Amino acid sequence: MSPELTVLLAVGLPLVGTLLIVALGRWPNLRDGVTVVTSLAVFSLVASLLPAVLAGRVVEAQLGLNLIPGVPVAFRVEPLGMVYALVASLLWIPNSVYAFGYMRGNHEKHQTRFFACFPVAIASAVGIAFAENIFTMFLFYEVLTFSTVPLVTHKGSSDAMRSGRVYLGVLLTTSVCLQLFAVLWIYVLYRQGVLPGIGFVRGGLFGNALAAGAVSAQMLGLLFFLYIYGIGKSALMPMHKWLPAAMVAPTPVSAFLHAVAVVKAGVFCVVKVIVYVFGVETLRLSGQSAWLVYVSGGTILAASLIALFQDNLKKRLAYSTISQLSYVIMAAALLTPVAIMAATVHIIAHALGKITLFFAAGSVYTAAHKTQVSQLDGIGRRMPWTMAAFTIGALSMIGVPPVVGFISKWTLLRGVVESAQLGGTRAEELFALCVIALSTLLNAGYFAPIIYRAFFRPPSPEDEHHPHGEAPVSMVFALCTTAGLVLLFFVWPRALLTLGAAVMEAAT
Amino acid sequence: MELIQLHLPALIVVLPLVTGLLTALLGRGGRGWWISLGATGAVLAATLQLLAQVVYQGPQTVTYLMGNWPMPYGIGYVVDPLNAAVMATVALIGFVVTLYAGRSMAPEISPDRARYFWAVWQFCLVGLLGITITGDAFNFYVLLEISSLSTYTLIAMGHGRDRRALTAAIHYLVLGTIGACCYLVGIAYLYMVTGSLNFADIHARLADIYATWATDAPVYKKTIIAGFAFIMVGLSLKLALFPLHVWQPNAYTYAPAAVSALLAGTATKVGAYGMIRIVYSVMGTDFAFTFLRSDILLAACALMAILVGSLQAIKQTNAKKLLAYSSVGQIGYIALGIAANNVAGLQAAVIHIFNHALTKGAMFMALGCVLYRTGGVRLEHLRGLGRKMPLTCAAFLVGGMGLIGVPLTSGFVSKWYLVQSALERQWLAPAGVVLVGSILALVYVGRCAEAMYFGQRPENSPEVREAPLSMLVPTLLLAAASLYFGIDSGTTSRVSEAAAKFLLGVAP
Repeated sequence: MSPELTVLLAVGLPLVGTLLIVALGRWPNLRDGVTVVTSLAVFSLVASLLPAVLAGRVVEAQLGLNLIPGVPVAFRVEPLGMVYALVASLLWIPNSVYAFGYMRGNHEKHQTRFFACFPVAIASAVGIAFAENIFTMFLFYEVLTFSTVPLVTHKGSSDAMRSGRVYLGVLLTTSVCLQLFAVLWIYVLYRQGVLPGIGFVRGGLFGNALAAGAVSAQMLGLLFFLYIYGIGKSALMPMHKWLPAAMVAPTPVSAFLHAVAVVKAGVFCVVKVIVYVFGVETLRLSGQSAWLVYVSGGTILAASLIALFQDNLKKRLAYSTISQLSYVIMAAALLTPVAIMAATVHIIAHALGKITLFFAAGSVYTAAHKTQVSQLDGIGRRMPWTMAAFTIGALSMIGVPPVVGFISKWTLLRGVVESAQLGGTRAEELFALCVIALSTLLNAGYFAPIIYRAFFRPPSPEDEHHPHGEAPVSMVFALCTTAGLVLLFFVWPRALLTLGAAVMEAAT
Repeated sequence: MELIQLHLPALIVVLPLVTGLLTALLGRGGRGWWISLGATGAVLAATLQLLAQVVYQGPQTVTYLMGNWPMPYGIGYVVDPLNAAVMATVALIGFVVTLYAGRSMAPEISPDRARYFWAVWQFCLVGLLGITITGDAFNFYVLLEISSLSTYTLIAMGHGRDRRALTAAIHYLVLGTIGACCYLVGIAYLYMVTGSLNFADIHARLADIYATWATDAPVYKKTIIAGFAFIMVGLSLKLALFPLHVWQPNAYTYAPAAVSALLAGTATKVGAYGMIRIVYSVMGTDFAFTFLRSDILLAACALMAILVGSLQAIKQTNAKKLLAYSSVGQIGYIALGIAANNVAGLQAAVIHIFNHALTKGAMFMALGCVLYRTGGVRLEHLRGLGRKMPLTCAAFLVGGMGLIGVPLTSGFVSKWYLVQSALERQWLAPAGVVLVGSILALVYVGRCAEAMYFGQRPENSPEVREAPLSMLVPTLLLAAASLYFGIDSGTTSRVSEAAAKFLLGVAP
């Protein structure tokens, strides 16, 4: 199969899956079978592109759509997009297995609608990952927003509706008012001959225009601002409210979409735009992006502080996600090759760890119907697998050996050092170091009590009357798999670092 | 055949005039509908043929002399890419809504009045098509009055269901007459200084007068400015441009369902056409925009229309009124495109005339279906209809997405061009307002969609089922067209580009 066809199939196949899922809605086993087969197929399609990308070959494809004449909907596979597509399509597999157990175990309604929305989200995630130009990226970004709204409002309660409004409101307002504005502005500059194109190119679009004075540094800074806040999915404060709101969704949604596909789409877009639209070198020269280091660092600390005081387990995880996403943004904002690599590695590391944590939270909810941290006393004895996996995930968030989170944190520290060596302002690097140190403490501060309660506190007396064991097998299987991956990539960091190096290579 | 081809421009106006008279005389029973359907179908075919001719085959203009009197002495019908596009829009909406009205008018208009309804219906189209095709300023006025008088009648016919239709019609009658008088006074001023009533001839003679303004002895300066001002006010009333829109919400709300759909799709659009014609082909942009700077005033009105119209729409509890206010906002988009005075802006205006006719037509027709089944169109009547009338609600939702400007609907295409044109003129704030308008549209469309899909049917409400096919098919037709032209904008872009470049005198 030609690589072009593979790219188009990776985007198109999930949509076929959606149609089949809707058609087979009356036979749940068949329907869920389609989900598994589709997820496996999409992952193998994406993975089959990996050798070509690592070898540096260009894989391009174009969709014969005429949305706006002269603005193609096109794909080009490059290392960074590959990383995001791999992560999203890989983790969809355990999530599907997990979701069957969760949805059936909790007797959720409208399961067909639920499972039909997932493949659309995946298709748009792959579309974002492989987008060749900023228009294509915007297009799939919006499809991802719309396809996940029915999942957030799944329960249909007034609480869910309110959250759905916040979710759609924040994500759409930022993307339309800021991102689309920036996309169109860049397009107009291209039409006026100031910029060479609207595609993602090595080194960015602005280098020559800035040097020639056709684009002023202030204008570049404004566009940069529009773009960074236009990507609301990265949950950079103060545009983060949608993420805790989205926690009202069933846990497989929180685990996969709001720890992996959607939020990683956000930070992925931020990194991609920094690297391929603005250009690392150009940004460093213009000095217009320094604020991002401080804002993302502030987000890391503020979100961690808020997480400390959340008793609802999923809310605590959500704020942890906000903080961890900003690690990626801060890394990218440091604008050095190794820092870009750190951002890439952290996208992977955080995805693996956080999906495990959410799986564990959902598993506790299914087996014990508990949602609050304060109810978790002694639960580790009844659900040893779940809580062991939770512990592994938590360690990865804190960033200590022997889990993958350590690899990304280490790389990030290397990036900070490199930034200082490359003649950074010193203030930024010092700030970044302080943030990393403080947030590690804070992360430990909000995860350690959960682990302590689970394993070292006796169960509360009333729990004695509600005996329960582990969650359904499919759920435990899924969370052990992802926990295993968290460990695996610590002992086999080459896999991550090779990908990271490929991204770094293409970025500079 | 050749004879018909030769007289095609005249037939577009004369045919519905003759059949309208026949309907009034002979159209008892169901015959009125059949005659109207035949007439609008024939007119649609004729306009499409003309459109294909001027856009794709050339020459770009087709001139038809009434009674073979040469212009500027006789009345000439001149077809160019701009009015061919608008005529095709009017004819398309006219045909599809006629198809729909056969069933929808039954409960609203008593059978003994049906033939008059159909006669006036066709006269309304005569006026609208005539305004669009004529090249003569006075003929324009006559046809404007024909369309307005028939519109007052059509709106008043809604009194069977709601007596407020009568006051709405009177309100519109008073303001509409004032508007038409303003137009007439303006034309009289121009006639005074040029001695001509032919658009092209006035334009040529004005050029000579403008030439004197650069010298020491400028002539007719104040007369021309006053004439232009009168014409613009008159047309703005017809167009329902803020702040002259006050007649429009009640008129749309209390008119019979089919009439609302027809007016929303055609009447204001023809007003917009008139404004483009006067500014670009008669007065010239050098005078109107460069010398008088009326583009600033027009753009300011347009932006206020977008904001005020959309904010008012959000407050409404009657879905029809909500759509009416939304139209006030959407007219603002068209007016902004006119004010932008560049290719992209005119393209946006022309495309939006077409797109908005499709989306608003579909939405008013969907509300007509709701009215037919539930007896009301307040938001509580919409509650829970998503399951009872799935296709009607789907059409409404697609139309709503078009209003918001979601990618893959036609509304996105026009917003893209509009923001592009604003940015090309470095109007950053107006570009932002356009995007903010999308978010406001999201709020009011969201209110309806939430009621439909997440609301519960009110207690003791009678059982409802899907609308009859004869109403459903036309509704779905327009909704599908809105999707089609959103996914493939090749045709609309080509036609609008031809129109814009023709008006601006840029080589195609």
